Amino acid sequence: MIEFKNVNFEYEKGTPVLTDISFKIEDGESVGLIGCNGAGKSTLMKVLLGLLPHEGEITVGDVKLAKDTLDEVRKTIGFILQDSDNQMFMPTVFEDMMFGPLNYGHTKEEAEARVDKVLEELGIGYLKNKYNHKISGGEKKMAAIATILTMHPRAILMDEPTSALDPENRRKIINTINGLKTTKLIASHDLDMILDTCERVILMHDGKIIKDGTADEILKDKALLEANHMELPLKLQG
Amino acid sequence: MDELAAGTSPVHKLHPLVKFLVTIAYIYCVVSFSKYDLTGLFIMLLFPVIMFSTAGIPISTCFWKLRLVLPLVLMVGIFNPIFEGKAGLISMVTLMMKGVFALMASFIMVATTPIDGLCAALRKMHIPSVLVTLLLLTYRYISVLVKEVAIMTDAYKLRAPGQNGIAPKAWGSFLGQLLLRSMDRANELYSSMQLRAFKGEFFYAAQRKLNVRDALFFFVCIAAFVLARLINITELIGGVFA
Repeated sequence: MIEFKNVNFEYEKGTPVLTDISFKIEDGESVGLIGCNGAGKSTLMKVLLGLLPHEGEITVGDVKLAKDTLDEVRKTIGFILQDSDNQMFMPTVFEDMMFGPLNYGHTKEEAEARVDKVLEELGIGYLKNKYNHKISGGEKKMAAIATILTMHPRAILMDEPTSALDPENRRKIINTINGLKTTKLIASHDLDMILDTCERVILMHDGKIIKDGTADEILKDKALLEANHMELPLKLQG
Repeated sequence: MDELAAGTSPVHKLHPLVKFLVTIAYIYCVVSFSKYDLTGLFIMLLFPVIMFSTAGIPISTCFWKLRLVLPLVLMVGIFNPIFEGKAGLISMVTLMMKGVFALMASFIMVATTPIDGLCAALRKMHIPSVLVTLLLLTYRYISVLVKEVAIMTDAYKLRAPGQNGIAPKAWGSFLGQLLLRSMDRANELYSSMQLRAFKGEFFYAAQRKLNVRDALFFFVCIAAFVLARLINITELIGGVFA
């Protein structure tokens, strides 16, 4: 589904941010991307979406990421930003959810049918006509996920989906993530959430992949996590 | 304003484009009165009063929300009595009334029209997409900006005990920080738009077609404005009772 082959990226010449990144994510997989601040997690996601240039080869489905395939790649992959205020730029949740499908050429009726279906699936129908600047952080995050789901992506990238949420909303988001049938790549410092949602984890440090393995294998390895400025998930700390 | 705009009165149900055009026509008509035509202008008060009462919005709400702008409007022509004597007093009152009437009409339009409807109407009027997008995003992000200013102000106050507000020497860095934050947010926001295939034009989902009621409202209002402009109705009514 998603494949990186020897991908490199640098903001300034001589200061690499991503170095020789290679991995493959299969259809339907749920992968956690962990690492300390500045490890390159968000940059990797932006490179995958074509928001930043890169060296090397990135393939999404059967499509190789290039300037002329950006639309196709972005239609295949949805991205949920860390700050939902940056994602929800239309006045109402409804308008925001319609934005993607309408831009991709769907009729108003088709787009609205998608909106209603997604709202029902996520159980947030009551948010439909609410103003984005008047809903809570948790509601905003759910609505942000909904805006992406209306585009029917095959894969979803999430950048810190549980940051700044209270325990109840955090649990709601985790349950929502677990209910999504798409391929998922989730970047987060919330290792408990990664443990709850991902079967595979990629550990990054200084722009390089340090380890790629099962969630159990990596998240239970105290020495490995500490060597990379992280610590065991709370529920494994005993 | 969002709560006001979410009403269901007949005024709320009018097509945004019609409300926009009628408001423009009203303001044009009000402004075109001679500065000494106080009695002629007086009848124009009927339009905002009818609109407010039909919309179920108290006029006091308008004056309260515009309390910062109103003094500026009322200052227009304040020196006319000095330069023109008695006639100056009339022209001062006329100018003040023109300003207040125009504000009331604009307010009732904005208070009964959701922002997306207003933006769609502006696009229908061929107002450039960039300007309309700017209006839409300013509306959406003004609350976020205010929140950021509040956070920064609190952070400043907590480390500047005994100071009243922000010291002038900190204004530069304060505004600079705010600008940098806004730029970061703008970049993120634009990325989010790009990822959903934004090509420079918004689609306004909540649009509807014009109907007979919209057309009737438009033509009746325009006819009334023209009539009020051509005939001094106030004097005519006064004449009947004289």
